[in-house]
Amino acid sequence: SPWSSLWRDPVSGEVPSLVHSLLSWPYCLRRCSYCNFNKYIPRENNSHVMTDCLQRETETLLQLSQISSITSVFFGGGTPSLAHPSTIAAILETVSRQVKLPASAEVTLEVNPTPMGMSKLEDFCRAGVNRLSIGVQSLQDNDLGVLGRDHTSHQALEVIEEAQRLCPGRVSVDVMFGRPRQSVESWEKELSDLLRVCDDHVSLYQLTLERGTQLFKQVQQGEVTVPAEDVMAEMYQCARRTLQQNGFLQYEVSNFARNNAVSHHNMSYWRGKQYIGVGPGAHGRFVPLGDGGVVREARTQTLEPDVWIHEVQQRGHGTRRKIQLCHLQLLEEVLVMGMRMTQGINHNHWALFSPQMNLQEVFGTTSDVHQLLQKGYLILDDRGLRCSWDGLVLLDSMLPALLLELETQIQQRPQRNHSADGQTQTANSQCE
Amino acid sequence: MLLEKAACSDRKNMAASLFRRVSQLKVYRRKIHSHSLSCAVFRHRWMKRLPVVSGSFRMFSTHTDKQETLDLSKFPADKIRNFCIIAHIDHGKSTLADRLLEMTGAIAKTEKNKQVLDKLQVERERGITVKAQTASLFYSHQGEQYLLNLIDTPGHVDFSYEVSRSISACQGVLLIVDANQGIQAQTVANFYLAFEAQLTIIPILNKIDLKNADPKRVESQIEKVFDIPRDDCIRISAKHGTNVEMVLQAVVNRIPPPAVSSDDPFRALVFDSNFDHYRGVVANIAVFGGRVRKGDKIVSAHLGKTYEVNEIGLLRPDEHPTQRLYAGQVGYIIAGMKDVKEAQIGDTLYLQEQPVKALPGFKPAKAMVFAGMYPMDQSEYPGLRSAIERLTLNDSSVTVQKDSSLALGAGWRLGFLGLLHMEVFNQRLEQEYNASVIVTAPTVPYKAVLSSAKLIKEHGSEEITIVNPAQFPDRSVVSEYLEPMVLGTILAPDAYTGKIMALCSNRRAIQKNMVYIDDQRVMMKYLFPLNEIVVDFYDLLKSLSSGYASFDYENAGYQAADLIKMDILLNGRSVEELITIVHRDRAYNTGKAMCERLKDSIPRQMFEIAVQAAIGSKIIARETIKAYRKNVLAKCYGGDITRKMKLLKRQAEGKKKMRRIGNVEVPKDAFINVLKRKDK
Repeated sequence: SPWSSLWRDPVSGEVPSLVHSLLSWPYCLRRCSYCNFNKYIPRENNSHVMTDCLQRETETLLQLSQISSITSVFFGGGTPSLAHPSTIAAILETVSRQVKLPASAEVTLEVNPTPMGMSKLEDFCRAGVNRLSIGVQSLQDNDLGVLGRDHTSHQALEVIEEAQRLCPGRVSVDVMFGRPRQSVESWEKELSDLLRVCDDHVSLYQLTLERGTQLFKQVQQGEVTVPAEDVMAEMYQCARRTLQQNGFLQYEVSNFARNNAVSHHNMSYWRGKQYIGVGPGAHGRFVPLGDGGVVREARTQTLEPDVWIHEVQQRGHGTRRKIQLCHLQLLEEVLVMGMRMTQGINHNHWALFSPQMNLQEVFGTTSDVHQLLQKGYLILDDRGLRCSWDGLVLLDSMLPALLLELETQIQQRPQRNHSADGQTQTANSQCE
Repeated sequence: MLLEKAACSDRKNMAASLFRRVSQLKVYRRKIHSHSLSCAVFRHRWMKRLPVVSGSFRMFSTHTDKQETLDLSKFPADKIRNFCIIAHIDHGKSTLADRLLEMTGAIAKTEKNKQVLDKLQVERERGITVKAQTASLFYSHQGEQYLLNLIDTPGHVDFSYEVSRSISACQGVLLIVDANQGIQAQTVANFYLAFEAQLTIIPILNKIDLKNADPKRVESQIEKVFDIPRDDCIRISAKHGTNVEMVLQAVVNRIPPPAVSSDDPFRALVFDSNFDHYRGVVANIAVFGGRVRKGDKIVSAHLGKTYEVNEIGLLRPDEHPTQRLYAGQVGYIIAGMKDVKEAQIGDTLYLQEQPVKALPGFKPAKAMVFAGMYPMDQSEYPGLRSAIERLTLNDSSVTVQKDSSLALGAGWRLGFLGLLHMEVFNQRLEQEYNASVIVTAPTVPYKAVLSSAKLIKEHGSEEITIVNPAQFPDRSVVSEYLEPMVLGTILAPDAYTGKIMALCSNRRAIQKNMVYIDDQRVMMKYLFPLNEIVVDFYDLLKSLSSGYASFDYENAGYQAADLIKMDILLNGRSVEELITIVHRDRAYNTGKAMCERLKDSIPRQMFEIAVQAAIGSKIIARETIKAYRKNVLAKCYGGDITRKMKLLKRQAEGKKKMRRIGNVEVPKDAFINVLKRKDK
């Protein structure tokens, strides 16, 4: 794949040439009953200020990261389709003014399938968006009501159609299972309805009850019931089977693509590449300028839009928190994210982050991992480490064991200094 | 008691000699005497909690080379009355004690004197007094000054041994019965203790001011159950002080003076002891003969150790030092003892140069209920250890044994006199220690009679006590197993008889007796295996009788029982810390309950887990923890993975601490859930 060949070791001290960036538009028109994302109902039209600030923060962070090229841009939210197309255009301009933004770069926009969203689609695409991710969630109008969505299934179908016209082969639909009162049968039916209209990419969400949401409260109070754990499992397996039968390849726990229409942005994310997060509450992972430029930081931008705006106006960015990731933490993220992909972590990919110790050395020795290999949940071969079809479903049961093993091995073997061969330097930042 | 009687013939002589001595000594006229005219008081622990220390008190406790501030020799035995108050929970023992103190001027009459003794939460909640309290009261009656020693007793049968020792220091008891509730289980138990000790019993009906009070009915209960003439009852309201004066008069008139002589060799009964960080053990004693003074060399009969008396005195609100204590008197002694185990309740003290036979009835404390205590986290072990040490300094009846569990780490197995004792200890520990402690479900000490000669030789006796279930000897080397029994008394309105009988028979109890104490209330006696009442019996009894039933029990020795060892298996492997000794009839229920609790607390894993209870190779109960069918977060991008990473790291950390039984990982919480006492 083109990604790994261009990738540079984040601990090498070299300035990475590729970064993808995530832009967050924090506003929604209403609050969905299941959502605990950072989002705000706009009080007034401040899109002008917002646009300025997003541009300003993009500039600041791109400078700080010293990157030369951006491979993908993702406008998430909130509801970024509420933004004016000109905002999107302005931000993309800012990016391309500063770094290389090749025409081939993937620019995704999350879209709410409302008539208002639909009316702007064409303008968004004109502004530079070339991939659309549509939050269909459900094709049942009742369910959409319970979830607090502001669209109907009919509108969703219309938006899918329009999106496919504008970005053929680059439209994704998000659907959610495990919804209140949903049964395996109704889910199967819904999936087949969806498959008739969708493009080449499907993302499956499982509804998770998050503390503090309206839905959580309703379930707690017994007003609403969600399917039992085993039913959820059945729904997931059913979706995997159905999508596979329809030519969709599962390439990640919740992502399916046919005709090679994978989301490059998200692939970079799971491969542990650097990314810049811009906008209120956005997260980033990149090696900033200065301090020798060897340590990757986990960065979080200020959550509240008003405060964030103020900070960006004052000092060019709203970074609230930056935590240096030590070598082990970086490897842990690479492991946790990488194992979500069906292709898992290949040897070369791992070697980029852990040149001193290969996958076999880290995971090939313990009885815990051995058991998982023996049972056929895990595969460790000449390609790398990955989950089997059956194992992927149980990934979160296996990760603690893998993380423990990683920690033990890394701590047992002190990092060798590779700076002599000009390739690597020792990552000195130790985990607390 | 026999020894006391022997001394009786000398009483006249003694009185005469005492009188001579009294007349020779100057009597210190204290201010307080002129204030309160007829009364003066000596209290012990009350004072610590009351800011009523007057200047004059202070004068006494200051040691100067002035003459003895209080001359106790002017109270010969015939001017002394030793008594205690016994009652069922909440029948007003402490309130009456407060009134007696007030009336004799011991404490000021204030609203605050509401059961000033009961300071532990469990004491207040359950309306009981756990630790015995003692106060000496001065009371003038028909021109004579009397020294009345109120020896307050612990209010629960767990402490029946302490009660019995306190009682043996007395010649009479005030038996309080609530004029509304009538005789209750503990009234009966307490009555028999006093009756068997041949004490004068003064029945007192309290709370006659209550609207529903029915003193006539209660008097006839007393007549029927205790065979005491109804005319002997004194009707009072301790709350309002009604007729309390009559109680004091009855104490003087009805209770005989202690039959002891100051001319005999010194001999004293230890009936309570406390630990003071600065002065060591403070023992409460009743002088059964002779006299003792500061500087005397004394010996404790139980340990045979010699001590020098540093301080003696009367028990007043504060300790009030005196030069001497004489036969018949009650007070405290400090003699350089470093550990309460050196002043065990029931022990006898005597002078080194005049050895005497120990007073009868001494028994070292015997634990009847055991529970494991473990720190929530092993790092808290030292803190918990010092807290337990501090508490046991004051309570020699708690036995402490180091223990360690594969699941819960290092901890202790503690033995208690009974359930309430355990509860009191736990609550003190919580107050003292202020951290969470894992307390395991209580168990009782079983015994096994060994049949194998080799094992008998190994253990040095035919009969062994099994405290730890893992050490349960196999049936093949045992001729029989024994379990501790108790005789329980239940009093309840007859409407609940059916339910109560069902509950008791469900608990393997055998009815011994059932009588109507009046036309509505029934008294039932059951022989229970102790194990059947240690966990939730009392709570069930209370709830099925809407709170009307009362329950009390006394130990009734050991009895042969069909005991078996039950294993808990996870995927076929036995879990050592869950081995349980159980009666064969109860095995299924206990096993099932344990399996259910385990099922609820072991998280699902990647494979199915069979949770089984087994006796030998026979499976008697089973629960299944199904394998995870899916465990993966089906959405992970866009947002921050920090949270997810933290969760996974926590799980990885938790995995380190899990106990592995075969391929099953069991979190500590699961063990805690199965082993700990259920919350009420």
